[in-house]
Amino acid sequence: MIYIQIFIAFFIPSIVGYGGGPASIPLIEHEVVSRYDWVTTSEFSEILALANTLPGPIATKMAGYIGFDVGGVLGAVIAEFATIAPSLILMIVLLQLIFKYKDSPKVKRLSKIVVPTVAILMAGLTYDFIKTSYTSNGIVQTIIIAVVSLLLLEKWKVHPAFVIVGGLAYGALFLG
Amino acid sequence: MDQVNEPVFTPMNYTYMKKGDEIVKLQRDLFIGFFRSGLLGFGGGPSAIPLVHKEVVGTFKWMNDQEFSDILALANTLPGPIATKMAGYIGYRLGGILGMINAILATVLPTILMMLVLLTSFNQFKDNPRVQGMTSAVVPIVGVMMGTLTWEFLKKSKNGWGWKKGLLLLGGSFIVMELLHVHPGIVVGVLLIAALVFPDKKEKLEIKMKEKSESL
Repeated sequence: MIYIQIFIAFFIPSIVGYGGGPASIPLIEHEVVSRYDWVTTSEFSEILALANTLPGPIATKMAGYIGFDVGGVLGAVIAEFATIAPSLILMIVLLQLIFKYKDSPKVKRLSKIVVPTVAILMAGLTYDFIKTSYTSNGIVQTIIIAVVSLLLLEKWKVHPAFVIVGGLAYGALFLG
Repeated sequence: MDQVNEPVFTPMNYTYMKKGDEIVKLQRDLFIGFFRSGLLGFGGGPSAIPLVHKEVVGTFKWMNDQEFSDILALANTLPGPIATKMAGYIGYRLGGILGMINAILATVLPTILMMLVLLTSFNQFKDNPRVQGMTSAVVPIVGVMMGTLTWEFLKKSKNGWGWKKGLLLLGGSFIVMELLHVHPGIVVGVLLIAALVFPDKKEKLEIKMKEKSESL
């Protein structure tokens, strides 16, 4: 039954992939290339390259496309469900529980204690983005784009949508 | 950002949802918010985090920074894609099951459709240098947005814990996650358990010790 296979192929990477969508990509590859033989390694890398180019979460784009390729619209829906639902249900249950006891001092401390760790996590992501930009755009372009977007976002309070669209235009003209 | 000092918002009191036209408005806003952050987040789910923050805390003021940080911390601890966990949970809390489905669809559907259209029609597209230039130009912008969000959370650490403990927790998190490469999920998990298990009066230093010994 192909739909059960699709479910398993995306359920396992999602439930094992700690660290968000990108962390589950090698796990998805293991399922769809090595185990089920739905796509070849080079097809997989093509799909991944396009998923990386387009905006939005990567794991769901991979699941949607490969699911559709293997099992049509229903295949895509099942692959998405397997990717999204298990961890989301866990998340909703846990957060509802926390929210229910939100006035208890322990739960208040819980909120407070994660803030520094979240800050470090975000600092790590910031570093990753800047490093990626340094690798692909070079130091001069990275500084120009970073400084201009910092001024636009923080000083002149331009909505991020416009800044990103501006960045896309700049990239097409000067980084292509 | 200026919305840090907004009064604490409790979604359970979100009574205005009762009226029909306002349910429609909420669902529409949810769709717009997550559609924008999904479509503008180049570089995968994590790059959408500052965009989701901007929509949820900034534009629509559905929750404050503290709640956002709780959700993000837990989303990081649990497996699976982060962006859809954030969208699904925030959608669920504001608009029930419908809100959840709505927010997830807004996050994933537009880009899946783009993906299907592009892969089945013109595959050359991703090798076009202009397209590559566009994608790589957005990376430093997302970096800056992430950086300002980081700065906010650093300030919150200082406000919540004071200089000494704040720096201790920040330094501890940095050493454990970035130098010892302990998975963030484990670090947050240990901290959450510690916060719940330790008696109320004890010093937070011990929690820190627990986290360190856990990582060795």
